[in-house]
Amino acid sequence: MGRLLDLVLPGARDLRKRPVRAAAALAAWAALWVLVVVRWDRIVATPGGGAVDAWIALVSLLAALAAVWRLGGRRPEPDVSVEMRSQWGLVSDAFRRHRLAMAGLALVATLAFLALLTPYLAPHDPAAQGADIVATRFQPPSWEHPMGTDRFGRDVLSRVLYGGRVSLMVGTLAIIIAMTLGSLVGAVAGYARGWIDAVSMRTVDLLLSLPRLVLLITIIAFVDPSTTLIIVVLGLTGWMGTSRLVRGEVLSLREREFVQAARVLGFGTPRILFKHVLPNVATPIIVAATLGIGNTILVEASLSFLGFGVPPPTPSWGDMVLRGVRDMHDAPWLVLFPGIAIVVTVMSFNLVGDGLRDALDPRAGGGGHS
Amino acid sequence: MRRNFGLDRPLPEQYVAWLQSFVTGDFGFSFSRFRPVGEVLSEAIPNTLWLGGASLIVVFAVGCAVGIVQSVRQYSRTDHALTFATLFLYSVPTFWLGVMLVLWASSPVWPDALQLPVSGMQTLDYDRLGLWGRLADRARHLVLPTIALGLSSAGAVARYMRGSMLETIDEDYIRTARAKGLSERRVVFGHALRNALIPIVSLVGLFLPILFGGAVVVEKIFAWPGMGMVMYEAVSARDYPLVMAGAFLFAALVIVGNLVADLLYAVVDPRIRYR
Repeated sequence: MGRLLDLVLPGARDLRKRPVRAAAALAAWAALWVLVVVRWDRIVATPGGGAVDAWIALVSLLAALAAVWRLGGRRPEPDVSVEMRSQWGLVSDAFRRHRLAMAGLALVATLAFLALLTPYLAPHDPAAQGADIVATRFQPPSWEHPMGTDRFGRDVLSRVLYGGRVSLMVGTLAIIIAMTLGSLVGAVAGYARGWIDAVSMRTVDLLLSLPRLVLLITIIAFVDPSTTLIIVVLGLTGWMGTSRLVRGEVLSLREREFVQAARVLGFGTPRILFKHVLPNVATPIIVAATLGIGNTILVEASLSFLGFGVPPPTPSWGDMVLRGVRDMHDAPWLVLFPGIAIVVTVMSFNLVGDGLRDALDPRAGGGGHS
Repeated sequence: MRRNFGLDRPLPEQYVAWLQSFVTGDFGFSFSRFRPVGEVLSEAIPNTLWLGGASLIVVFAVGCAVGIVQSVRQYSRTDHALTFATLFLYSVPTFWLGVMLVLWASSPVWPDALQLPVSGMQTLDYDRLGLWGRLADRARHLVLPTIALGLSSAGAVARYMRGSMLETIDEDYIRTARAKGLSERRVVFGHALRNALIPIVSLVGLFLPILFGGAVVVEKIFAWPGMGMVMYEAVSARDYPLVMAGAFLFAALVIVGNLVADLLYAVVDPRIRYR
């Protein structure tokens, strides 16, 4: 009986024991099935239609259903004594006890799925203008347009959803570039020391003395913005903090016994760096990356708001606020909803980052961030 | 025109010429404003310093106050609420906060006396006002841009301040002060606060680039004629001499600010001496 219930309604059996988790699983389960029923026509059209976005959405939908079903149906593991837990097990325990951080993680997961499922979710085409522009523009929020319509009669909700895809993609890819570059520079500088260290760290100082936004618009003044360019430029201006962090860690790690042992064994420098030193710096890099995604999304939105970001036909949250300002006294929803989307996204990444940092370092009990 | 500006010469030659005049203090001629770059920037610097200075005060006053309240009432409901509030502020984009403030301040529900100006630095009849009138006028124009620029950094400072205070309160000399029977007020403000402020001072240098970067956005929203505005318009107009000089000046301001912060460090912490 219980097994059957699990099959149809994952998490329902846990409703009394772990209400928050079970309710979240059930809500996600219900939402996904509602989506399947409401958008059935779009889903069955996908295999024939062949658009890449739709295929990604289809795969994500199936993945989401599987993930929720698995999470909701899982029994709690038996308690294991502390000595038997691995390092990551302890960290994940600490993270799970952090309620705000778990809420942030749930939000990040939701946002990621929202972005992936956008082709099924969006009620309208983000670029479609109303048939009769005078009648369809500046409509206040309604059932048909939950976030209203803009100056061209385009649906704001659909644009916010499609804008979220762009923001998350730009933020994630830029942070991957930044973290890779930052770790490499930091590791090489800290391991080599001497003039390599001096040159790279003075470069970092130099770049950090320019306000990031000023540096960005200075670069963009010389080239024509495109989405790829924005990602690369955001990545190239975001690595300095990480490289300082990594350098500091590597400076102390390189004197440790296991690194000396590796050197005595005659391993080459690249092997020591990548196999022995860098894995030990992984945790601060992960924290920096999580906090960095939120920050990068903020900076990208500011760039778009100035008109120097992702170029216009692509919807982006900052650009929507910029275009909305002109009409905001008559149609405040134009600036309200994209802004809320930014705040929620950035905040959930910050919550996860904070939680990770606290979980990884029990000493830094919610103080400042480094 | 290309000839006049020397734009027909090879790029390396142009670059060397530009570099030569740049280091001698001649920033060149602005393409879009038809005025020397130095002139344009020297008009804008004081305005940005007004805005930046006011925001810096807001950032640290609000940030420290919130941090102190949180640390004194650690783990209370107030503490949790403020932690969430600071995280929220920290995640709000400056430009959206500015836009929301404009929307809020320009709503028709406010009586005329409370209506705050949402654009520019002064009213039309500024030149005819007396000294106090001018100061009041400037202050009224400063309110909204300062809040927009400073509030999110204040959230970040509050988080640092809370951590720093909590660390200080654990120290032995605080227990000594309490054991002496000093009032909680004396302990917190006389003993803990001074020591907790030391690491906070070094944050000034960290937040200067953030504030100056934010100035570009805030000055655009509130039509504040400062360096951020100049920079924004220069980039829009592809006015390269102005862009380069503006970026350079921003960096110079950050470095000077860092120097001041380092000197302040010695004032707050008498154990540090510079020789």
